[in-house]
Amino acid sequence: MTEWTGIIAMKINNIGYLTREGIRSIFLHGLMSFASVCVTVACLIIVGSFSTLMYNLNIMVEDLNQTNQVIAYVDSALTDAEAKSVGTKINMISNIQQATYVSREEALQNFVNDHGNDDAFLGLDPSNFRHRFVVVLEDNALMETTVETLKQVPGVVNIDAEYELAEGFTTISSVLHLASFAVIAVLLVVSLLIISNTVKLAMYDRKDEIAIMKMVGATNGFIRFPFVVEGFLLGIVGAAIAFGLEWAMYDTMVSKIAQVDALGLFSFVPFADLLVPMVATFAAAGLFVGIVGSLTAISKFLDV
Amino acid sequence: MIEFTDVVKSYTVGNTALNGVTMQIEDGEFAFLVGPSGSGKSTILKLITGELRPTSGTVHVNGYSLERIRKREIPYLRRTLGVVFQDFRLIPNMSVHDNVAFAMRVVGAREKDIKDRVDYVLDLVGLENKSRRLPGEMSGGEQQRLAIARALVNNPSTIIADEPTGNLDPARSFEIMTLLQEINNLGTTVMVVTHEKGLVERFSNRVIAINEGTVISDGMDGYYRYEDQ
Repeated sequence: MTEWTGIIAMKINNIGYLTREGIRSIFLHGLMSFASVCVTVACLIIVGSFSTLMYNLNIMVEDLNQTNQVIAYVDSALTDAEAKSVGTKINMISNIQQATYVSREEALQNFVNDHGNDDAFLGLDPSNFRHRFVVVLEDNALMETTVETLKQVPGVVNIDAEYELAEGFTTISSVLHLASFAVIAVLLVVSLLIISNTVKLAMYDRKDEIAIMKMVGATNGFIRFPFVVEGFLLGIVGAAIAFGLEWAMYDTMVSKIAQVDALGLFSFVPFADLLVPMVATFAAAGLFVGIVGSLTAISKFLDV
Repeated sequence: MIEFTDVVKSYTVGNTALNGVTMQIEDGEFAFLVGPSGSGKSTILKLITGELRPTSGTVHVNGYSLERIRKREIPYLRRTLGVVFQDFRLIPNMSVHDNVAFAMRVVGAREKDIKDRVDYVLDLVGLENKSRRLPGEMSGGEQQRLAIARALVNNPSTIIADEPTGNLDPARSFEIMTLLQEINNLGTTVMVVTHEKGLVERFSNRVIAINEGTVISDGMDGYYRYEDQ
């Protein structure tokens, strides 16, 4: 009979006893349990805070990038209806999220508005302007290729595109992605090491108990089960506390920034929008850390 | 039955703990294992409990061949043995009852069987009125009786006692040895590791003497060669 089939073969009353032992052990070794939960909470909050910060920064950069639009000017010989119909072909090009038609008259009005409704521009003939499409791209990193395709569309005579700006945003976005991935990965590894060491300390505290269990004929599965229950519960409690604190801290931070950000430079995603991924990530991290931490920490004490 | 045949156990090159030990303890026997510190007694115990494997030779304990036992079989070997230590090795935060019951839970016993059997063995060792106490609240002799109760509770065929009287005064030592003798009279094989000459002579049982990893004498009625080596 293998170790794990041994566990499966255990009678229900044994499972109940082992589960109770796992719960009892949390309170019996209260200080170590408290330390494990605190370390889990601290690590999850650090990783969670950094992740949400980077997520928001990425979204802000994406939003800024979206303001870098491409203008496609239509041949002035075309009538209004013909010019509008060019939009159908433009919208069929891949990487184009939306192409909005702007008539000569609207273009003139926008121009005047942009120049503070200066009297000097009154009476200007709309025919000085071309019909145009304001094009929003899905990915500005592909601006150059998309513009080349746009130029091929019959009726499009000129394109106005800020390649340097798009490249700048793309670079910032890539650096942010890479940096956040690297920092989160490092923080996760450090957190796992810290938590694993805390669990190991808790195990060391009970090495004599484990040795006695081995000596009276306990299988490794029998010994591990209460530790897994304990790790599961401590991990989930740590994750729940960390999640609650993260939520409170995030909302407080967002409202404080909103108070001082008169220009509206920063826009943060509401925590409610992050609820599902945050709950899933915190629960998974807490459980992983609790269970895997317990199992790996106990292994060295089982070889008796 | 415990059977060692030409057993050699080396830890590192040039550090041989046992050098060709051959001995046999039959079912139902009571045997003392005596010898000075570093003679190889602890190595013999560790070989019997599966903590160590022999470098060469064969070790058979209660139907298990220890030289080729698989790791996952070791818990089942240990369930055929009841081990008693000099330092008792009780779980301090468990009551007397739970320390004994714990050994039965390990083997998946039913709660009703646990209650009946624990009451029986506590009665056998004279601790029936102290089942709710913690080990720390009891004397050394009582703690050792508790350790013997735990060793007995799964009805093992063999009891191995490693210096069971090492921490006790002479009167308590005699009590413990008498208890082990009574357990042997009920049919359980008992092997006691000790260096207390007086006790060994008083109980007139088989004595296996070991020195420098070799059996130097194996005699009946409390006789053994020891000091003259």
